[in-house]
Amino acid sequence: MSINVARPKLTWSERLYLPAIAAGMAITLRHFKNMLFRRTKVTMEYPEEKWDSQLPEHYRGAPALVKDESGRIRCVACQLCEFICPPRAIKIEPGEIPAQDRFSKVEKYPREFDIDMIRCIFCGMCEEVCPEQAIFLRKDYAITGLTRAEMVHDKEKLLEIGGVMHGVVLKWNEKK
Amino acid sequence: MPAFLFWLFAGVMLVFGALVVINRNPIASALSLVVCFLGLAALFISLDAFFIGIIQVLVYAGAVMVLFLFIIMLLDLRAEERRRMNWVAFTGGFVVAFSLLVQILAVISRTQMAKQAFPPLASQQVDDVRNIGLLLFGNYNLPFQIIAVVILVATVGVIVLSKRQLR
Amino acid sequence: MNPTTFFIFTTLLKIVGIVFVVILPMVSYAVYAERKVSALIQDRLGPNRVGPAGLFQPIADAMKFVLKEDFTPAHVNKFYYWLAPCLAMVPAITTVAVVPFGSTLFGVPMVIADINVGVLFVFAIASLGVYGIVIGGWASNSKYPFLGGLRSTSQMISYELSLGLAVIPIFLLIGNLRLTEVVHYQINHGWLIVPFAGDWRNPLGWLLAVPMWISFAVFAIAVFAETNRLPFDLPEAETELVGGYHTEYSSMKFALFFLGEYAAMITGSAIIVTLFLGGWHFPGIPDGSHGWIFGLINIFVFFAKIAVLLFVFIWVRFTLPRFRYDQLMRLGWVFFFEIALVNIFWAAAILTFFDR
Repeated sequence: MSINVARPKLTWSERLYLPAIAAGMAITLRHFKNMLFRRTKVTMEYPEEKWDSQLPEHYRGAPALVKDESGRIRCVACQLCEFICPPRAIKIEPGEIPAQDRFSKVEKYPREFDIDMIRCIFCGMCEEVCPEQAIFLRKDYAITGLTRAEMVHDKEKLLEIGGVMHGVVLKWNEKK
Repeated sequence: MPAFLFWLFAGVMLVFGALVVINRNPIASALSLVVCFLGLAALFISLDAFFIGIIQVLVYAGAVMVLFLFIIMLLDLRAEERRRMNWVAFTGGFVVAFSLLVQILAVISRTQMAKQAFPPLASQQVDDVRNIGLLLFGNYNLPFQIIAVVILVATVGVIVLSKRQLR
Repeated sequence: MNPTTFFIFTTLLKIVGIVFVVILPMVSYAVYAERKVSALIQDRLGPNRVGPAGLFQPIADAMKFVLKEDFTPAHVNKFYYWLAPCLAMVPAITTVAVVPFGSTLFGVPMVIADINVGVLFVFAIASLGVYGIVIGGWASNSKYPFLGGLRSTSQMISYELSLGLAVIPIFLLIGNLRLTEVVHYQINHGWLIVPFAGDWRNPLGWLLAVPMWISFAVFAIAVFAETNRLPFDLPEAETELVGGYHTEYSSMKFALFFLGEYAAMITGSAIIVTLFLGGWHFPGIPDGSHGWIFGLINIFVFFAKIAVLLFVFIWVRFTLPRFRYDQLMRLGWVFFFEIALVNIFWAAAILTFFDR
C-alpha cells in the first residue's frame, strides 16, 4: 500500500525564497555576532585550559598500584585482575616474599606488573575485582608515548602514579 | 606600436592557426584556436581598436569557444586521433590553400594602394565605442535590425527543434 | 626623467604594488577570513594555533603547499594538466589592471591601465577564467573532474549574459565604459546604489533607484556564479563530485586553483565596488589632489569596501545551501536573464523620459 503525501502548496512569498534566505542570513549573522562578542559558550581549548580540577571522584583514569601508609606494595600478585581484564592489558609475574620479611605470611608479591596502556579500556574491573584494594583507577587521562614500549606501564611507573593510599583496610598488619 | 609586437602576435596567430589544423586531438585544436583569437585581439588593440579587440576576446574566446569545448567534450572523438592521414585530401587542400595565397599576393603586389605607406591612425582621443554605436544604429540601422531578427528566428528554431526531439 | 620612462616606471610600480603587496596577501588572508568567519558562524573558534589569533595561519598554509610533493597522476594529459592551474590564476589577477583602486598619489592616477572599454575588458578576461577549470577537468582524465569542468562551462555561459546585461543600465546613465569615469560620476551624483543621494528633490534619482537596485542584485548574484562561490559552486560541489575539477590536483597546483578562486572573488568585489558602491570615494574624504595622505586613505577605503563584500561572500557561503544543477540553469536563463533585459528597457525609458 502506498501512502501519497500531498506536496505542500507554497504561497507566493514562500516560492520567492527571498524571505527564507533573509531569515537564514539573519540567523547566521546572529551566531557570528554572538561568537564575536564571546556570548556563546564554546568548547574548552584543551591544552591551555584543563578540566582537571572538576573531575568527579568516580573518574576512571589510568589504573595504578598503591602503597599503604607503611610503604608496602599492597598487591599480593593474586592475578585476579589479570584474569578479569577484558582486553588482557595486565601482565603479572609473581615473586615469593622471603621468610625473614615482616610480611612473609603474605607469601607473594608482584615481581613484574605491566599494564599495556594501548590495550587498557579504562573499564575499572581490575579495581573492582581486587581483594586487596591494591589497584585503583586514578585521574590521569593524558597517557602518551612515542613508542609502543613506552606505553607499557611497568611496576615503577604504576607505583609512581598510584602513590600512597590512605584510609584503606590494613588487614596484613600484625597489631590490628 | 612597436613593430616587433606586430610580428610577435602575427607569428603567434599563424603558428596556432596551423596547430588548429595539425593537431589530432580536437580539444588541443580548439585551445589553439583560442590562442589564435587572443593574438587577433592583440592586433586589434595595437591598432587602438579596443572595442573590437575586447569583443573578439569576449565573444569568440570567452563564449563561442567555451561552447565548442563543451560540445567537443560531450562527443566521443577518440576515433579522430586514430584516423590515418588521407594523402589525396591533404595534397588537394594544400594545393588550394597555396594557390589562394599566390593569388592574394599577386593581387596585392599589383594594386597601387598597397605600395604606399598607410596614413597614420586617427588620434587616440576618439571614443571607438561611441563611434561604433553611432555607425551601427545610424547608417546601418536597417541591416543591423534585420540581422537581429534573423538571429532571433534561428534561436527560436533551435528551441523548437530540440523540444520536438525531446517528446 | 622623460614622460615615457616615468610612465613605464610608475606603471610597473603600480603592478608590483597592487599584485604582490595588496592582492596576494589579501587572497591568503581571505582564506584565513573564510575559515575564521565560518568558524564563528558555526559557533567554533577557527584557526588560533599559529600566531596570535591564528594570524600566521596563511603563512603556514603556504609553507605546507610549497613543501608538499608535487604529484602528477599517471593517467593525466601532462601538458594541459600543468597548464590549467596557471590559466585559473592569471585571468583573475589580470582583471585588476583596469580597476581604479584609488584617486591619485603624488599626481599619479591610481589605476594601472585606464582604457576606454574598462568594464568589457573585465568581462572578457573573466570569461577566460573558465578555461583553467575546463582544461583542468578535462586533462585530469577522470570522471569527477570532467563533470566539474562540464558544469563550469555551462554555468559560466549562462551567467555571463546576466552579468553583461545587468551593467547596461549603468552605462546608459553614464554614457562611458571607462571605469574611472564611472567613479567620477558617482562622486558627483551619488553612489549608484543610492542614486537619489545628494539631490533629494530630483525625482529622476528616486526613479533610477529601482533599476539600479535590480542591476546590483543581478550583478552580485552573477558574480557569485562566475566565481563559483557557494550557492553556485556546482563545478566543485564536494558532496557530489568529490572535489570537482581539482580532484586530481595536489600541493602548489591545487593551491593555484584555490588562490585563483579567491583572487576572482576579490576582483569581482572590486568591480561591484567600482560600479555600484562609489569606488574609492567616501563621503567627506577629498581625493588625492589635496595631499598624499588623502590618496592613501582613498586606496584604503577602496580595499575596506572590498573586505566588506568579501565578508558578504563568506557569510552567504555559510548560510545558503547549494542549488541543484537544473535549478541553477533555470535561475540563470529564466529569471536573471529576463529580469536584466526588462531592467535595461525600464532604465532606458526613464532616461529618455527625463532626457537628462
